[in-house]
Amino acid sequence: MSDQADNVLSVQNVDLGYGSLKVVFDASLTVKSGELVGLIGGNGSGKSTILRAVSGMIKPWKGTIHFDGQEVSGRKPHEMARLGLAHVPMGRQLFGNMTVHDNLLLGASLPAARDRRDENLEKVLTLFPDLKKYAREKAVQLSGGQQQMVAIARGLMLGPKMILLDEPSLGLSPLLVKDVMAAIRRVADTGMPILLVEQNVKQVLQVSDRAYVLENGYQVLDGPSSALQGNEMIKKAYLGL
Amino acid sequence: MMFDYVSFLQNLSNGVLIGGVYALIGVGLTLVFGVMKIINFAHGDFVILGMYCAVLLNSLLGWDPYLSLLVAMPLGFMAGALLQRLVLSRLMEAPPESSLLVTLGLALVIGNILLLTFGAEPKSVNVSYASSTVSLGKVSFSIILLLAGLATMVVIAGLYTVLNHTELGRAIRATADNRLGAELVGINTRWIEAVVFGIGMALAVTAGVVLIPLLFATPTFSGAIFTLKAFVVTVLGGLGNIGAAIAGGLLLGVVEVMGASYLTSDYRDAYGLLVFLLILLLRPEGLFGKTVKRV
Ligand SMILES: Nc1ncnc2c1ncn2[C@@H]1O[C@H](COP(=O)(O)OP(=O)(O)OP(=O)(O)O)[C@@H](O)[C@H]1O
Ligand SMILES: [Mg+2]
Repeated sequence: MSDQADNVLSVQNVDLGYGSLKVVFDASLTVKSGELVGLIGGNGSGKSTILRAVSGMIKPWKGTIHFDGQEVSGRKPHEMARLGLAHVPMGRQLFGNMTVHDNLLLGASLPAARDRRDENLEKVLTLFPDLKKYAREKAVQLSGGQQQMVAIARGLMLGPKMILLDEPSLGLSPLLVKDVMAAIRRVADTGMPILLVEQNVKQVLQVSDRAYVLENGYQVLDGPSSALQGNEMIKKAYLGL
Repeated sequence: MMFDYVSFLQNLSNGVLIGGVYALIGVGLTLVFGVMKIINFAHGDFVILGMYCAVLLNSLLGWDPYLSLLVAMPLGFMAGALLQRLVLSRLMEAPPESSLLVTLGLALVIGNILLLTFGAEPKSVNVSYASSTVSLGKVSFSIILLLAGLATMVVIAGLYTVLNHTELGRAIRATADNRLGAELVGINTRWIEAVVFGIGMALAVTAGVVLIPLLFATPTFSGAIFTLKAFVVTVLGGLGNIGAAIAGGLLLGVVEVMGASYLTSDYRDAYGLLVFLLILLLRPEGLFGKTVKRV
C-alpha cells in the first residue's frame, strides 16, 4: 500500500450500484496531492458511477471512501462541497441565461468560498484569461469549449481541495478537446488534484500523470499514463492502433 | 363626431395605473413559476387576503389602508415562506398535477376561512380622500389610483434591485435558470424556494391592500378572478419573464378600462380574456416569448 497520508482521495474496494443492480465491482483508486489522475473506459463502464459515489450522490454498498483524511462515504453532495470537493458534472450545468461573471461568482456560493471570492476570481482569471473577454456574455452564447472552461473555472471558485471532472470533452470538436485538456493540465500544474473521467482515452493519457482503466464495472488496468500509452491492450481497445 | 383626446388620455392613464397593480400580481405568479415551476392557483386568494388584512386593521384599529402595508407585507412574506416549507416542499418528487390540486385546495381553504370570518357581504375601506383628484391639464388623476400606481412602482423597483443587485437575487436567478447547477455550487435551493414563495405572496397581498380603496373584497369569488387576471398577465408576456409580466399587466389594465369606457362596462373582466385569446392565437409563445415549443 502506498503512503495513505498524501492521498487527497482514496477509494478502497467499493461496490456500487443502482436499485438492486450492481455496476461497479471492488474498485479502488487514489489521487495524491498535485496529481492529475484519469479514469477511462467505454460507455456504461461505471466511470460516472464512481464519481457519483465520491461526490456523495450515491452511497457505496461496500468499501470506504476517504477524502482529505476523513471517511466520507454516505455524505451528501452539499456536505462534500463544504469539505472542499468540486464536482464539474457531465453536461456542465451552467447558468445559461446568466453572464459568465455571474456564473463564476455563483461558484463561490458557500460561506467559506464567499469570504475568498475576489481572491479566487483573480486566480481563476489568471488561469483562464479568455474568460475576461466573455465576462459580460451569457453562458449559453459561448462555444462548447468556452462553456467547458467556464464550468471548470466555476468549480475552482469554490476554492476546492480537489476537483472531479466528468467528460469535459463531451460534444467538443477535436481541436477544442485539445484546448480543454491543456487547460485542465494548467489547473493541475497549480497543484490542484484532479480526477478526470473521460471516454477520450488518447487525450487523457497525454495529459494525466496516472490513469485507471474500467471495463464493465471492473478495473482492468492502472499505472502511469506514459506506460499505459504503450500498453498493447490499450492500444488495441482504445487507441485504434 | 370629434375624437375626444381628453377622455382617451384619461382612460389611458387610469388603465396604466390599474394595470400596474395587475403587473404586481402577475410578477409574483411569474417569479414563483420561474423558480418552482408551478402555477400557484391560490395567488388571487393571496390578493384577497391582503384586502381583508387592510379591512381588519381598519375596522379594529382605524388604520389607513396604506399603513397596513407595514403589517401585510412582512406577514405575507412569512406566511408564504411557511406555506412553501410546510406544504409545497412536500411536492418536490410528486407528479406535476399535484401542485395544481394543492394550490387549488389552498385557494378553497383561504376563501372559506375568509367567508367564515368576515361573512359573505362585500367589504371595503372608505378613505376620506377616496374621490380626491389631482389634475394635469384637463386630465385628472384619482389619488387612490395614483397611490396604487406609486406603490406598485416602488415595490417592483425594490424587487428588481433585489434580483439584480444582491447575492440573494443572484442565487434566485441561478435556481430559476438551472436547479441542479445551483445545488452543485452549494446553493440551498429549498431555502431559495421558500424565500421566493414568500416574495410572491408579499407582492400579492400588497396588491390587495392598494386595491381595497378601489374595489370591494368578497371572500370566495374574487380570488379566482385575480388568479385568472394574474394568469392572463403572465401568459400574455410569456411565463417566467418578469419584464414581460409588467408589460402584460399594463396592457390588461388599459384594455379593461378602454373596453369598459368605449364598449360596455358590463363585460369589463371579459375584455382581457378576449385579447388574451387573440394574442395566444396569433403568438402562442406570448408577446415576448422567444420560441414556440410544440411537442
Ligand atoms: N441512475 C441510474 N439508474 C440505474 N442504472 C444506472 C444509472 N446510472 C447509470 N446506470 C447504469 O450503470 C452503469 C454504469 O453507468 P455510468 O454512468 O457509471 O457509466 P459511464 O462509464 O460513466 O458511461 P459513459 O461514458 O457513457 O458516461 C450503466 O450500465 C448504466 O446503465
Ligand atoms: Mg459517464
